[in-house]
Amino acid sequence: MLIRFFTLVFLVLAFTATSFAQGADPKSLFDQLADANFNAAEKLVADIAATGDPRVVPALEAFASGDLYFRKADKAVFVGKEQGSELALTDPVTAEAAGEVAKGAVTKIRVNNNLRRAIRAALGGLTLMSPDRSARLSAADAILRSPSAEALELVEAALAQETDAEVKARMEEARAVSLLSSDRSIDEKRAAIETIAGLGAGGLGVLNSVAGTIDPSLKPDLDKAIASIQNAQQLWNLAQNVWYGMSLGSVLLLAAIGLAITFGVMGIINMAHGEMVMLGAYSTFMVQQVIRDNAPGLFDWSLAIALPVAFLVTGAVGFVIERGVIRFLYGRPLETLLATWGVSLILQQAIRTIFGPTNQEVGNPSWMSGSFPLGGMTITYNRMWIIVFSLTIFFALLFVMKKTAYGLNMRAVTQNRRMASSMGIRTPWVDALTFALGSGIAGIAGVALSQIDNVSPNLGQSYIIDSFMVVVFGGVGNLWGTLVGALSLGILNKFLEPSVGAVLGKILVLVLIILFIQKRPRGLFALKGRAVEA
Amino acid sequence: MISGFILRALEGRIVIAVGILLAVAIIVPALNLLTSPDSALHIPTYAMALMGKYLCYALLALALDLVWGYCGILSLGHGAFFALGGYAMGMYLMRQIGSRGTYGNPDLPDFMVFLNWKELPWFWYGFDMFPFAMAMVLIVPGLLAFVFGWFAFRSRVNGVYLSIITQAMTYALMLAFFRNDMGFGGNNGLTDFKDILGFQVQAGGTRAVLFALSAIMLALCLIVASAITRSKFGKVLVGVRDAESRVRFLGFRVENIKLFTFVVSAMFAGIAGALFVPQVGIINPGEFAPANSIEVVVWTAVGGRGTLIGPIIGAILVNAGKSYFTGAFPEFWLFALGGLFIAVTLFLPKGIVGTIQHGWNARKALKSAADAEKGRDAGAAPVTQQAQAAE
Amino acid sequence: MNTIAETRSKSLLYLEDVSVSFDGFKAINSLSLVVEPGELRAIIGPNGAGKTTMMDIITGKTRPDTGKVIFEDTIDLTKKDEADIAQLGIGRKFQKPTVFESHTVWDNLELALNRSRGVFATLFYTLTAEDKARIEEILVTIRLTHRKNEYAANLSHGQKQWLEIGMLLAQEPKLLLVDEPVAGMTDAETAETAILLREIAKTRSVVVVEHDMGFIRDLGVKVTCLAEGSVLAEGSIDFVSSDPKVIENYLGR
Repeated sequence: MLIRFFTLVFLVLAFTATSFAQGADPKSLFDQLADANFNAAEKLVADIAATGDPRVVPALEAFASGDLYFRKADKAVFVGKEQGSELALTDPVTAEAAGEVAKGAVTKIRVNNNLRRAIRAALGGLTLMSPDRSARLSAADAILRSPSAEALELVEAALAQETDAEVKARMEEARAVSLLSSDRSIDEKRAAIETIAGLGAGGLGVLNSVAGTIDPSLKPDLDKAIASIQNAQQLWNLAQNVWYGMSLGSVLLLAAIGLAITFGVMGIINMAHGEMVMLGAYSTFMVQQVIRDNAPGLFDWSLAIALPVAFLVTGAVGFVIERGVIRFLYGRPLETLLATWGVSLILQQAIRTIFGPTNQEVGNPSWMSGSFPLGGMTITYNRMWIIVFSLTIFFALLFVMKKTAYGLNMRAVTQNRRMASSMGIRTPWVDALTFALGSGIAGIAGVALSQIDNVSPNLGQSYIIDSFMVVVFGGVGNLWGTLVGALSLGILNKFLEPSVGAVLGKILVLVLIILFIQKRPRGLFALKGRAVEA
Repeated sequence: MISGFILRALEGRIVIAVGILLAVAIIVPALNLLTSPDSALHIPTYAMALMGKYLCYALLALALDLVWGYCGILSLGHGAFFALGGYAMGMYLMRQIGSRGTYGNPDLPDFMVFLNWKELPWFWYGFDMFPFAMAMVLIVPGLLAFVFGWFAFRSRVNGVYLSIITQAMTYALMLAFFRNDMGFGGNNGLTDFKDILGFQVQAGGTRAVLFALSAIMLALCLIVASAITRSKFGKVLVGVRDAESRVRFLGFRVENIKLFTFVVSAMFAGIAGALFVPQVGIINPGEFAPANSIEVVVWTAVGGRGTLIGPIIGAILVNAGKSYFTGAFPEFWLFALGGLFIAVTLFLPKGIVGTIQHGWNARKALKSAADAEKGRDAGAAPVTQQAQAAE
Repeated sequence: MNTIAETRSKSLLYLEDVSVSFDGFKAINSLSLVVEPGELRAIIGPNGAGKTTMMDIITGKTRPDTGKVIFEDTIDLTKKDEADIAQLGIGRKFQKPTVFESHTVWDNLELALNRSRGVFATLFYTLTAEDKARIEEILVTIRLTHRKNEYAANLSHGQKQWLEIGMLLAQEPKLLLVDEPVAGMTDAETAETAILLREIAKTRSVVVVEHDMGFIRDLGVKVTCLAEGSVLAEGSIDFVSSDPKVIENYLGR
C-alpha cells in the first residue's frame, strides 16, 4: 500500500516536472495549428493539453466543433463566432475579443474524426483539473466509462492536485481503469485490479475487456476480482429481490390490514373488503379531479388530501353496511360471507354505473415518481413511500388497538360480547365503529394502491383473495401475524418469480398456503388453549 | 342391500321431483323437434339450450348442497370441479375435431399447432376415446377432491378456513389454466367443437338428446343424493354439521365421512360440467373464477340448503332471473344479484324450500306435542325453535 | 399397598404423572389417577383445576406433554385419536349437552348404537330387530320413550342431558366420562340423574365431574379432588371435604 502510494507520488512529480519543463506558451502552440497537417495538429493538441492551462478548454471545444480559424494575414489563430456575414474573433487562450472580420479574411482550421477524438481525450484530461468540482467529477466519470492509456498521465496529474475526497476517489478509479490498458508494471496493474474490484458492476466491463490481452501472471488476480464483483452483484440482486418482495409485501399488507380487523378481529368474512379499497382509490381520483379543476398548484398535496377523504368515505360506507346488514349476522360467519359478497357486487356495479367500466387516470405527485440508486440497486420513490406508508398505518393501528380506550373496548367486545355489554360498553356502537375503522383503513390503502394499480371497478377483486390469504396465513386476530404474513408472502413470491415466472410463482404460493393451513390450521401466530367444545 | 339403499331414497318429494325431471326430459325435446316453429307450443332451440344450461347448474348446486347443506362444509371451490369435468369433456370434443380444424392437423388441436407444439402432451392421451373421457369426468374432479380433502379433513381445517382454502384452490387452478403452456388452450379454452360420438354437436337432434341427458342425470344424481342423505350415513353427516365433536366421540371417523361426501359431490359437479360444455360449446378458464363458485352458493342458499330439492329450484330461478335481467336491464343484474344475496341471508336463511319445510315441520311438531300432552302428563317441555344449524 | 405394576394391571384407566401446558400455563401438573373396573368415581375441583382438560386427554382431544395414559393395562391412549378411543369403549358426555338437535330422539340413539361405523357400513345400514329392541330399552332407561319421535332440539335441558347419557349407553362403553351432568337441572331431575348414573355404574365404570356437592353426596362414592392440575385429596366425600387443603382450595371459596 505504502509502496503504491510512493510510486504514485513519484510518477506524479515526474509528470508535472516534464510538463513544466516543456514550459510552452499555449498561445504560440495554437498559432502553430495554422500550418499543421492532421498529424501535426494531433501532436499540438496534446501539447496544448499538456500545458495544463484550464483557459484553453473553450478553444479546444471550439476546435472540435470546427470554430477555430486563422487569420490569413498573420496566421494568428482565433476562435470565431458567426455574426451575420462576419465573424467575431476571440483569443483562444485569454478569450479576449479580437474584433470582427469578414468571413473571407480567415480560414477555418479543418478537423477530422481522429483529431476530434484526440481533442476530446485532451479535454477529458484538462477538465480533470477544472476549478469546477462537478466538471472534474464528470471528467473522471467519462474516463471511467471509456478508459484509455493516454488519459493515465492526465489523471495522475489531476490526482496530485485534487483535494476533494469524493472526486479524488473517483479519479483513483479512473486511474485504475486507464492503467490496466497502459504499459505500466505488473504490480501497479495488480493494485489497479484491486481498486476496480471495489467498483462493482461498472468495473466488470473493464475487467472483461482486458481479460484477453492482460499479462498471464495477472490472470488469477483478474479472475478473483471478477468473481468478487459477481458475488457482490449477487448480493445486490438478493437485496433487490428482498426489496421487491417487501414492496409487494407492503402492498399485500395495505390490502390486508383492514381485513385483519373486519375478518381477523371481528370474525366477519368481509368479501366487500376489496370494494372498500376500490372506493378509496376512486376517492383519490375524485380529489385529484377537483384539484385539477380548481387548484392545480395543490396537485402534489392531492394524496395527503385524499387520505382523510378516503378514510371518511369508506368508513361511512362501512358503517352503513354494518348497521344495515352485518349486525344481524353476528355468530354466523359463513352467512356474512354471502351477504358481504352481495354488498360487493352492488358497490362494484354502482361504481361502474357512475364512472364507467374503464380505468380512471390517477396521477402520481412529483415526489412519488422517479428513482434513486442505492448501492447496486434501484429504488423507485413510489414503492419506497408505499412501504413507509403501509408500515405507518400498521403501527398506527397497533397503537389504536393496544393503547387506547377504544381499542380496549373493541377487544373486550370481540372476546366476550355479553360480558363487555354487561360492563357498560355499548357493543353495537363498538361493532359499528370497528367495522367502519376496518373499512376506512381499506380506503386509505386504496389511496396508496391507486398509485401503482389501475383504478377500475374491478380493482378490489384482484386483492380480495390475496388479502384473505395474508390474514389466514398470519393467524386470524393477530395484527403482527398479518405484518409477518404479508412481508413473507411478498418476499417468497418475488424469490419464486425469477425461476418459475410470475403466474406459476403465485400458484405455488397459493398451494404452499393451502398446505401450510393443513399444518397449522390457525395460521402462523395462533394461541394454543384448552380445546373448545363443538 | 343396494336395492334397499335406493328404495329408501324414493321419498314422496323426491319421487315427484324425479317424475317432473323425467317428464321434462321427454316433453321439452319433443316440443322442440316435433312441433313447427309457428306452433304456440314450440320450444325454440336457444330456449332449450338455455334450459339445458340451467339443469347443469342445478346439478352443480345439488352437489354443493350435499357438502354444505348436509355436512356443513361451505366449499367456495365447487366451480373448479365443474370446470374440470367440463375440460375433460372439452378435451374429448377437441380430439373429435380431427383434421377439420383451421390448421388441418389430424392429431393436434388448433391451439397446439398455433403454439408450435410438435406432439400431443401425455395428458391428452386417451381423450379421443369416449369411455375414457367419461371416466375422467368423474375421476379428475374426484381425485382432486380426494387429495384436497384428505389433507384438509385430516388436519381438521374447518369452517371459514376451509372455505378460504377451497377458494384459493379454484383461484390457483384458474391462474394455471390461463397459462398457455399448461396445454389446455390458455385464455381461449377449448371451443369450435364438431361432433360428439359422431353426431354433430350443433344439430337439433344432438341438442335435444343432450338436454334430455341433463335432466336424466340430474334425476339420477338426485336419487343418489337422497339415498345417501336418508341412510344412516346421511344422519351421521347431519350430525357432523351440527355437532362434529359429538360424532367424533361416538367413534366415527369424521374425516372419512367428510372425504366421501366431498368426493361424491365433486363427481356430481364434474358430471354437471361435462354436460354443460357441449351445450354451450365452450369451456375456458373463466369457469374457475372464484366468483362463479360463490354464485353457486347463492343458488343453493336461495333454494334452501339441506333440502336437495331447494338447490335445484334455486339454481333454475336465479339463472332464469339472470337471463331475464341481462336481456332486459343489463345494468341492474349485479344490483339484483347482490340484493338477492343480502335479502336471502337476512330474511330467508333457510331458503325457499327450507322455509316451507320448516313451517310444515313446526306444525307437525306442535301437533305431536299436543298429542303427547293429551297422552300423558309429561314434564312440560318447551317447544323451542329448532336451533339454527350453527354456521 | 399395592405395587405400581399391580395397580396398573388391575385398573381400567391408569394415568401416571401426566402434564400438559398451554402457552406456559400448566393446565395439568403431574396428575396421576386410577379408575378400576366397575367403579363410580366423582371428581371435584375449583374452576381451572384441569377437570375438563383431563377428560380431553383421556379421550384423545388433547395430547399430554408428558406422562402415561393407559387403558385396560395395555392400550396407550396418547397414541390414539378420539374416534379410536371411542371405539375402544370410552364414552364422554360434554359439559354442555351435545345432541344432534335436527335429529329425532330415536335417530340420535340409532347413530350412537355400537355398530360398524365405516362409511359404507353406514350407507347400507338397515335397522335390525335386535337394534330396535336395544334402542327401546335405552329409551326406557333414560325415560324418553314418549318423546322418541321428536326432534332433540325440542327437548328440555334435562332431557337433553339424559338423551346424551342414553347415547353413551348405546355406545356400550367400558368407561363413561360425565362432565357436570346436573348443571342447570331441577332438584327432581338431579335426584333422578343420580339414580340413573348408579344404575349405569352397575355394568361399567363411570367418572363424574361435578360441582354440586349435594349430588356427589347422593352418589355416595369415592371422590377425587383436583386443584391446579394435580390431585389434592382422594377418598370418601366426608374424608375429602374435611381435608384442610380441600377446604382452603375449594370449599372455602
